[in-house]
Amino acid sequence: MTERLLDVEDLHLSFAGVIAIDGVDFHVDEGELFAIIGPNGAGKTSIFNCLNGVYRPQRGSITFGGKNVVRMKPNKVAQLGIARTFQNIELFENLTVLDNILLGRHLHFTYGPLAAGIYAGRARKQEIANRAKAEDIIDFLEIPAYRKSLVGMLPYGIQKRVELGRALAMEPRLLLLDEPVAGMNVEETEDIARFILDIKDELGVAMILVEHDMGLVMDIADRVMVLDFGRKIADGAPDVVQRDPEVIRAYLGEEFHSTELHSAEIEAAEAAIRGKGSS
Amino acid sequence: MRGRPGLVTAYRRDMSILPTTTQRVWFFSFCIVVAGLTFFLSDDLASRGASAAAAAIGAIGLNLVTGWAGQISLGHAFFLGVGAYTAAALGGESGGPLIGLGLEMWIWLPAAGLVAALTGLLVAPIAFRLRGLYLAFVTLGLVFIGEHIFREWDSLTGGIGVGRATAKPVLFGYDLSKEGSFAGFTLSPEQQYYLFALIVLLVMALFAKNLVRSRTGRAFSAIRDRDIAAEIMGIHLSRSKLIAFTVSSFYAGVAGALIYTFIGFVEPRTFSLTLSIVYIAMILIGGAASIMGSIMGAVFITFLPRIVDLVAGVVPFIEESPSGGFLTVVQVEQILFGLLIVVFLIVEPLGLHGVWIRIRNYWKAWPFSY
Repeated sequence: MTERLLDVEDLHLSFAGVIAIDGVDFHVDEGELFAIIGPNGAGKTSIFNCLNGVYRPQRGSITFGGKNVVRMKPNKVAQLGIARTFQNIELFENLTVLDNILLGRHLHFTYGPLAAGIYAGRARKQEIANRAKAEDIIDFLEIPAYRKSLVGMLPYGIQKRVELGRALAMEPRLLLLDEPVAGMNVEETEDIARFILDIKDELGVAMILVEHDMGLVMDIADRVMVLDFGRKIADGAPDVVQRDPEVIRAYLGEEFHSTELHSAEIEAAEAAIRGKGSS
Repeated sequence: MRGRPGLVTAYRRDMSILPTTTQRVWFFSFCIVVAGLTFFLSDDLASRGASAAAAAIGAIGLNLVTGWAGQISLGHAFFLGVGAYTAAALGGESGGPLIGLGLEMWIWLPAAGLVAALTGLLVAPIAFRLRGLYLAFVTLGLVFIGEHIFREWDSLTGGIGVGRATAKPVLFGYDLSKEGSFAGFTLSPEQQYYLFALIVLLVMALFAKNLVRSRTGRAFSAIRDRDIAAEIMGIHLSRSKLIAFTVSSFYAGVAGALIYTFIGFVEPRTFSLTLSIVYIAMILIGGAASIMGSIMGAVFITFLPRIVDLVAGVVPFIEESPSGGFLTVVQVEQILFGLLIVVFLIVEPLGLHGVWIRIRNYWKAWPFSY
């Protein structure tokens, strides 16, 4: 049995009476690719925000690598090794790709502001060493042509890659991916899927994937958890979860009776939900 | 391929401030020309040049906190004042009615920066919880508090309308305010101030440039662009803001000490909101988040009155005397000042630095337009 990396128990989060997460339990093992799916507003991103320390859950525990991260500030959580990408790109848009990725490596620098201003010895050595690491990531994500471009000017698909690169640059133990292929075409989705699998196989980083693209989730995830209105309604291997009647009901409503769920139909349902402007 | 000019094969070269030989040649030639001007500038121009260089230090400081770290500060005048009065107290003539220890410049100049930095350090915590306009308002309060202290503390500042003489610019026994000679040239005090201010500016601009291209400066920019994402990257927000305010105040302190020492006189009403806004204008017109822009903006704003004077000599309805004519020089200056801020914000948000980049890129591609 593999090592347990993350353990979430009985997580509760509400905003002034609106319940976002209602008693969710799950765990992620070392090197595992765990997916969270669910309709919009199910609480997927809220779970990420709790893991990151951005939100403070009212109840429950989050144990990461043996440490309780509830009530920890986001920068402390980052030190433990949780990195993240965002649903709506949160890059530093006035900086270059290189600077964004170097910012991902912020914790790998140890010199202070005085050394920075003098920029000799340790500071210079660390800058150069980290630049080399950042270049490795740029190579890995196949974006060397953009390294000195301002992120804000880049196309959406590339920005998504840069954001993945920035998170990877932290050399995390757990990577949270919030809709990494949202809004992408088939080729771009395939590229990202390849990167995710490479991260898993070559770097052995555990990941939690929140994604609406069912095809992708079912293809690459080791385990899937389904949320609806802040509650966990199913949990298990992808092929088991997609036959679960509860899941089908949550996604497509009571009327739908098919036992096999096709990603095209889910996307249609998704599109209908999104059309109401809930995200 | 190796050995091709312009081919960078080491990160160290690629990451240096001036990566290409062309840039190096241009930069050093520019420095030599600017320093060489010392010997040819009239006293009036040299004195303005010295003020511009000192103001550039202050503008770099404001740019660090506002342009890079994104913390709008209207309190810059206060830190300039703290620097000016620290210098005056430590370097001013001793034995008079006002506080003055008669120390040398190598003590009072860094001390002016340090005392201002310390003040900045104490004030920075208000930026932990506030941002944007709210922070601007609170730092505005700082200016009023500072103004009050400067007005009332007569033994330090001489009081309203009276003012005081500032520090003596004596460096290791060499008095910059007395005529000196260098390589056969006779240097007036103004020319010496100019050269000295340039040297201090060069050192401090280099430090700031290093700061912003490394870990600390990247963290500043990250906070400006996306503070939550920055925190998730492991950046300690409060600590970074603290560093930004402290360093910025240090720069303001040094700038304040230099500017008023060159003038030789300082009056407490100087450090008002208007002065803060002048510095905001410098970085807006020069270019936010750019060292070169800060310098360009400071030079431009400092020489603006000179430019208006020149224009007044040509245009008939602008009078130099304060009472006569359709418009006076001072009025034109104020109108231009406001107009320039508005025009730059709308037309060229990257400021003079942006204009420069555009010109440079145009000539790079010349004669093609792409």
